[in-house]
Amino acid sequence: MIFSRKRVFFLMALLLVGSCATFASDGKPIDSGATAWMLTSTALVLLMIPGLAMFYGGLVRTKNVMGTIMHSYIAMGIISVLWVIAGYGLCFGKNILGGWCGWNPDYFFLRGIDTNVMDAGIPEYVFSMFQSKFAIITPALIAGAFAERVSFKAYCFFIAIWSLLVYDPLCHWVWASDGFIFNLGAKGAIDFAGGTVVHISAGVSGLVAALYLGSRRGHPYQVIRPNNLVITMLGAGLLWVGWFGFNAGSSISSGLSTAQALAATQVAAATGALTWVIIEGLHQGKATALGFASGILAGLVAVTPAAGVVQPYGAMCLGLSASCICYMAIMVKNKLGYDDSLDAFGIHGVGGIAGALLLTFFIRPSWMADASRILPGWTIWKQFGIQAAAVSISIVYSAVVTLGIVFIVDKIFGFKSSETDEMAGLDRSYHGERAYGMLNPS
Amino acid sequence: MKLITAIIREVQLDQVREALIAAEITRITVSRVSGHGQQRVEEIHRGQRFVPDLIPKIKIEIAVNDAFVDITIFTILKSARTNELEGNLGDGKIFITPLEECIRIRTGERGGAAI
Repeated sequence: MIFSRKRVFFLMALLLVGSCATFASDGKPIDSGATAWMLTSTALVLLMIPGLAMFYGGLVRTKNVMGTIMHSYIAMGIISVLWVIAGYGLCFGKNILGGWCGWNPDYFFLRGIDTNVMDAGIPEYVFSMFQSKFAIITPALIAGAFAERVSFKAYCFFIAIWSLLVYDPLCHWVWASDGFIFNLGAKGAIDFAGGTVVHISAGVSGLVAALYLGSRRGHPYQVIRPNNLVITMLGAGLLWVGWFGFNAGSSISSGLSTAQALAATQVAAATGALTWVIIEGLHQGKATALGFASGILAGLVAVTPAAGVVQPYGAMCLGLSASCICYMAIMVKNKLGYDDSLDAFGIHGVGGIAGALLLTFFIRPSWMADASRILPGWTIWKQFGIQAAAVSISIVYSAVVTLGIVFIVDKIFGFKSSETDEMAGLDRSYHGERAYGMLNPS
Repeated sequence: MKLITAIIREVQLDQVREALIAAEITRITVSRVSGHGQQRVEEIHRGQRFVPDLIPKIKIEIAVNDAFVDITIFTILKSARTNELEGNLGDGKIFITPLEECIRIRTGERGGAAI
């Protein structure tokens, strides 16, 4: 025991010495404006995770509230730790394994970036932490597809493996400067803030996992109603607020492109929400609060890949079409009867795909002009081909790898809750807690 | 006419409800209650073990005609036990009280027909 503790201290000391040796200040000036905005954005994107916890937490039944909220919170723990150890390197290191992922020994425990300042004028720590929030929220989004019916332990292993095998490689392909999707065509596939990396990958993976694990007990015959739409609405509100960091922060600067992304985000969210309640009003006669929240998300998801290249008119068209398409997707889901419980695929998957493809038709002219300077004769349709390729790659890759991960996790840990655990509820079975103690005298 | 009041575990609600519906007893009232009987459950809160004074339970109330009393009791017994053979402390209780009158508000009907 004592020996092993000594060994741990020795290893820690070694790591410290190692990191000291790699300190190197490259003397780039820090742009305090950009840094300040990126710090704010990092905090805003982190705020989306409690937002998502509340959004999902309100939609499940009373017995599953804490379990569902923990699906988001535990991701803050697991993925943050993984990110520092390996995630950042896998995403933003130089190509290895034929470009399947990246690696850079300096990024192992982030030990080599202590004094790094990036070309954008921000400390690399800020960029790394900003990006880690995206890595956290993506697996947490998946949890909506199989809500109310998975073992907590198996879920923890699932998101850890998923993050390493699906998120990190995808992120590398799409966002690292040597990623192959980043370098497709004239100016690369357009994915400003994570349409393919975050929403399509999470949505498709959620669908695959939901299909593999099967429905909740009683679905679809038993009515399963949200326990608390108030916290769902608060969650949707926090998501909207946080999305300004998500999109406008993805400019990695504090300037014109930040402002363009910010405006597009607001317009798309508002249009999406409005469109959804109008459709509902016409279709069902009543405009629901949950519909408004769903519309906010559909709009935001669709504008996520597009925020850097569309103008407000384009953002409006994206929000409008995303809500129409997602609404139809959920109708189709109800017809088919599979149990994507909180519509992770219906909104994030479908909305992400719609946004990543349709954005092509609303690209601002100056972007297209730049593209044709780089590759003469570049047209909208050629860009559409690139977008379709990026979308298809992320759909196929996340579907196939997720299926493998779900299969293995299910065989080792038993992914789906036992019938008794599911009936008793996640809160009681896995956490020994209850969300609403105050409803009962105790 | 009898009023059957069953106090059961929260976790058994789905099972009891489904069993009652399968036995064609579909008119029930459910509420959350707390109380204490013989059961002691230990809970952990920030690493500290404690036994709560009041344990949350579910109360089911069913008004039935005399012919349905036995089947209702049998169904609840079968579905509310957490262990097929012996059951466990805390599985709950069933109370049966005579029911003087039953009136359907919509029509004003009285007695057995209104149940």
